[in-house]
Amino acid sequence: MRGYLLRRAIGAVIVLFALSLVIYALFYVAPGDPARLACGPRCNPEQIRQVREQLSLGDPVYVQYWHFLQGLAAGHDYSTGTGVLHCDAPCFGLSYQNDQQVTDLITQRLPVTASLALGAMVLWLLLGVGSGLLSALRRGGTTERVLTWLTLAGTATPVFIIGLLLLMLFCAYLGWLPFPSYVALTEDPEQWAWNLLLPWTALALIESAKYARLTRSSMLETLAEDHIRTFRAYGVAERSIVGRHALRGALPPVIALTALDLGSMFGNAVLTETLFGLPGLGQLLVHATRTVDLPVVVGVVLVTGAAVVIANIVADLLYAVADRRVALA
Amino acid sequence: MSAGTLEERPAAVAPPAAPSGARQVWRRLRARKSALIAAAVLALLVVLALAAPLLGALEGQDVGAYHDGLVDSARGGVPIGSYGGVSGDHWLGVEPGTGRDLFVRLLYGARVSLAVAAGATLVQVFIGVAVGLAAGLGNRLVDSALSHLSDVMVALPMLVFAIGVTAVVPSSFPRPVLLVFVIGLLAWGGTARIVRAQTLTLKRLDYVAAARLGGASRLRIARRELLPALAAPVITYAAILLPTNIVTEAGMSFLGVGVTPPTPSWGQMLSTATTWFRADPMYVLLPALLLFTTVLAFTVLGDGLRTALDPRAASRLRVGRTGRAARRRKRGTPA
Repeated sequence: MRGYLLRRAIGAVIVLFALSLVIYALFYVAPGDPARLACGPRCNPEQIRQVREQLSLGDPVYVQYWHFLQGLAAGHDYSTGTGVLHCDAPCFGLSYQNDQQVTDLITQRLPVTASLALGAMVLWLLLGVGSGLLSALRRGGTTERVLTWLTLAGTATPVFIIGLLLLMLFCAYLGWLPFPSYVALTEDPEQWAWNLLLPWTALALIESAKYARLTRSSMLETLAEDHIRTFRAYGVAERSIVGRHALRGALPPVIALTALDLGSMFGNAVLTETLFGLPGLGQLLVHATRTVDLPVVVGVVLVTGAAVVIANIVADLLYAVADRRVALA
Repeated sequence: MSAGTLEERPAAVAPPAAPSGARQVWRRLRARKSALIAAAVLALLVVLALAAPLLGALEGQDVGAYHDGLVDSARGGVPIGSYGGVSGDHWLGVEPGTGRDLFVRLLYGARVSLAVAAGATLVQVFIGVAVGLAAGLGNRLVDSALSHLSDVMVALPMLVFAIGVTAVVPSSFPRPVLLVFVIGLLAWGGTARIVRAQTLTLKRLDYVAAARLGGASRLRIARRELLPALAAPVITYAAILLPTNIVTEAGMSFLGVGVTPPTPSWGQMLSTATTWFRADPMYVLLPALLLFTTVLAFTVLGDGLRTALDPRAASRLRVGRTGRAARRRKRGTPA
């Protein structure tokens, strides 16, 4: 187990390293003057010169990359002409357009995206696993057919369409809900949930389709296994078979998928965030892309990539914990 | 990566279905009504998209012409008339704010959507097949490196990367072409994994061994012996990729980092529609309905195609392990 973890951790570091290399190459070796790009369209030549100095763009590319990695691992000091600006590790650089450190920008946005992802996860698990179980237990009936088509429609609908329709219905026509505007959980929990209800629902409706399918197939598979037949032969109550034994066998893949989805949600929530005007990581990325704020783009892409890599390890671990037949080696 | 192990397992389900004749595939596909309807819908859409300039001429409208007289400037530019300004001249009404004809713009949007998705799918399939074959036929080092690369590509939040890449490409570069390559170059991992798994199975079969003993080079084996047998799974997987690519393109255009005005696209329209849905619901519903129908039709057709091309492994590609459970059920194992 410990050996497995160690190997996976080393693998993750290698992947992240490769990722940073690719992103760095892409963004800093790309055509165009990196200093001008980093500084933004409103910069005057004097500012650009200063940026060039701070990013030490005169150095060879590998030295620049080394500085970038150093900043990530140990922080970085930027000379501002009059003094020194310290950027703590992990330092993703400076956003000249926002006049802020990229790390700060990202950490400010993280709670929003996390709120969105976690709340949506609760909903999609309830919806998806619930309907998946239902359709597995009522095989062949109308319930199953309806659910199959609903999940198909769910996979075919982009999240921004569902979101738009929800907005139209509940905010514009019925007026039951306010137009979402993010309120921090620490500020007012009730308003937080109230404002996030629609984004959660939109994401959950889309995601739950996948979970319904997975739960259904996994449940059917487990129900066909020998030990379940043995339980039946011994006359164990059907409710106990389904609720305790079959569910235990059917859930590990669902749990693993949840971990994977949560990891990718840091990036994938971008559409939902933009539609509902939630100031999360995705919105930060879109804004940075439009204004060509490269340090921010690099930072967000790396952070979302890291979330996915970590989620992969967590998913494998959870799978092994939930399903004891799986041995990690 | 756990997602990988779930999908790679079917590699053991050898041998692959004998390349069934086109007629047989067509017969099986025809037996599924939903797939037929989906195919008809898509055919209609493709024809409409191809004929967009013609249909525009028929309606007498131009894709880019502004009609200030058709929108109510006192009410912020809401189309005059019911249902978003539907009339004999403007069959589906006009765009709020600008008064541009919606029918023509929706059709031109279909062109962009379908062309970008199809182009991106081609790129994905090309790279995926090349990498998958190389991994399946190469030595352990090559295989391990390429497999890891594919895993990483599958796991990455594709949309984020695609958005990021658009930041560095100069805006003079034609956006639809950029989207084809960005989506294509970022999302080939799944294809590569499937091709590799199939290659590993196929290369153990007798006829491939015979070719090798006959002195055929690896390249020749890949081209002459493996590619034909790979066609079915690759086509099936491409049918899943297409709708995904449509959604990705629409999503990027929705975010304002995809197709840029004045080229019309559905995602872009939906993005504009967010400020209009109270006053002009038609402007939301029409592109939303088109996008939804297209993606749904592709998904249903892909499902049907999968069954028709390889009935035994029909559900193999689905999330989870439906395939084995289904086969077990068919064999009559008590459930």
